[in-house]
Amino acid sequence: MTAVAPNASTPTRSGPGLVNDVVAMTRRNLLRLFRTPQVIVFATIQPVIFVLLFNFVFGGSIQFDGDVEYIDFLVPGILVQTALFAAGNTAIGITDDLQKGAIDRFRSLPMHHIAVLIGRTNADALRATLTMTIITVVGFIIGFRTDHYGGLVLGIGLAILLAYAFNWVFAAFGLYVRDPEAAQAGAFLPVFPLVFAASTFAPVDNMPGWLQPFANNQPVTVTVNAIRALTQGTPPGRDLWLSIGYSFAILLIFIPLASRKFAKG
Amino acid sequence: MISIQGVSVDFGPVKAVDNVSLEIPRNEVRGLLGPNGAGKTTLVKVIATLLAPSSGTAIVGGYDIHDNPNAVRSMIGLAGQYAAVDDLLTGRENLEIVGALYQLPKAEAKRRADDALERLSLTDAADRLVRTYSGGMRRRLDLGASLVGRPDVLILDEPTTGLDPRTRLELWAFLRELVSEGATVLLTTQYLEEADELADQITVIDSGKIIADGTADQLKGRVGGDLVTASPKRRADLVRVRELLEVVGSGPVRVDETQLIVSVPVDSRVEALVKAAQSLDEAGIELSDLAIQRPSLDDVFLAITGKVGTTEDVEAAKTKGGRR
Repeated sequence: MTAVAPNASTPTRSGPGLVNDVVAMTRRNLLRLFRTPQVIVFATIQPVIFVLLFNFVFGGSIQFDGDVEYIDFLVPGILVQTALFAAGNTAIGITDDLQKGAIDRFRSLPMHHIAVLIGRTNADALRATLTMTIITVVGFIIGFRTDHYGGLVLGIGLAILLAYAFNWVFAAFGLYVRDPEAAQAGAFLPVFPLVFAASTFAPVDNMPGWLQPFANNQPVTVTVNAIRALTQGTPPGRDLWLSIGYSFAILLIFIPLASRKFAKG
Repeated sequence: MISIQGVSVDFGPVKAVDNVSLEIPRNEVRGLLGPNGAGKTTLVKVIATLLAPSSGTAIVGGYDIHDNPNAVRSMIGLAGQYAAVDDLLTGRENLEIVGALYQLPKAEAKRRADDALERLSLTDAADRLVRTYSGGMRRRLDLGASLVGRPDVLILDEPTTGLDPRTRLELWAFLRELVSEGATVLLTTQYLEEADELADQITVIDSGKIIADGTADQLKGRVGGDLVTASPKRRADLVRVRELLEVVGSGPVRVDETQLIVSVPVDSRVEALVKAAQSLDEAGIELSDLAIQRPSLDDVFLAITGKVGTTEDVEAAKTKGGRR
């Protein structure tokens, strides 16, 4: 073993090294993902059930003005709901790797350690993209219509960006709680109020007055409203910028937070 | 090659590692022997840059773990007791990803993965998901992953803990081959036999402190070597057995009155056993058992902590040593 010179000559690493590490880690997580197709299936069935349930069961009793069909109102909401629900998987994945010692191995390697987290959040964002595509297709099958395909693509882009931001929230969360079961149970706590106290399934106007200031301005509502505007061809206005601003603000806080926790072990 | 200088690790009020200093020269295989919770894994984590010590530092291959962790990481290969391999990847994929993370070109990563698989007799299973591997195969793959980077320093944290005896022997054969190639190795273990089998020098650690140092023979010497034990069928024979064993033994005789066991340390195993058998037979004493026992880790701990510490320490060491 000692006969061959070690890689010690490159103690500090440059940019291309980071790309290499991120690609390796993303590949590893995607390989794992596709070897457990049941996870993808369940992760997709759940939002599809939400689309069907809200459209056919609650749709008739939800009051809102405007001349759009409920399904056109609902699909943007479900896309964002998927973004947040799926983000919990990042916490589960990270805690699983922690517990099985995979993270220890990666931390003992002369790699860019942040690549472990980027690879994880990348793979989870790709998975969310897949789920969102399927939901959009199901939406079209049961009556969702838009004349603005560019707006739809941009809207899904907003949902993916928000999903990516929340992946980092849950990466940090997973690194702090460390236990997969705790991660699974805890991940939904912040997600539920954000998804339901929002314009996701019903207009905020129907909610009590004290809740409206929060419900009107939080990341889920502004993103859902922006996607609705984009798919219906109305100007998204401040919602578009607020949504992008929220995502970047979340990334700005949680990337350093998760990285620091990862480095400390 | 590894120089540990006054390392302490505090977990709240608990000192997991307490002011440990250790020098491991190049090409030495050092066994770090201790019971569960002695601080072995914590010390390994410090050396592998996974955990910052509360005080003190370590130099690995000339690089300080604090100032230059990435240089340290490129010198070491770590194989852990948890067998950190990916269930959902094949054996080959596991090793190729580790190779990629060492920044190896694709072809080189592939070649080294093949080499490691070959050396650890995993070529046939290389393209199967690790989920289908046995416990021993997983450990071997984990070992393989630690070799991909061609490390100068190999850190093996309890490489055989939890394996059945046959698989342990099998893994020892691989480990012996690796250490014979002249790498610097730090091996932690709960088993004196394992340290004896693989290590040049053994450091005994308990409650975060180094309590003894030496070769396996030196340590066993402190226990008093092997023991001959005889169990008479009748309690009345205890005294007579004691007298006879005193003659063949090289140390003080111990009598366990409740379990009817008489034991004595001996210098030459077989000769002493034969002598004991003859004299006991001639005296017409009926035995339920007559045997040679190798000193266990429990015995080493008893002997060492019993000398320096209090009875409480001995009891603590015993309970810890007994756990798996």
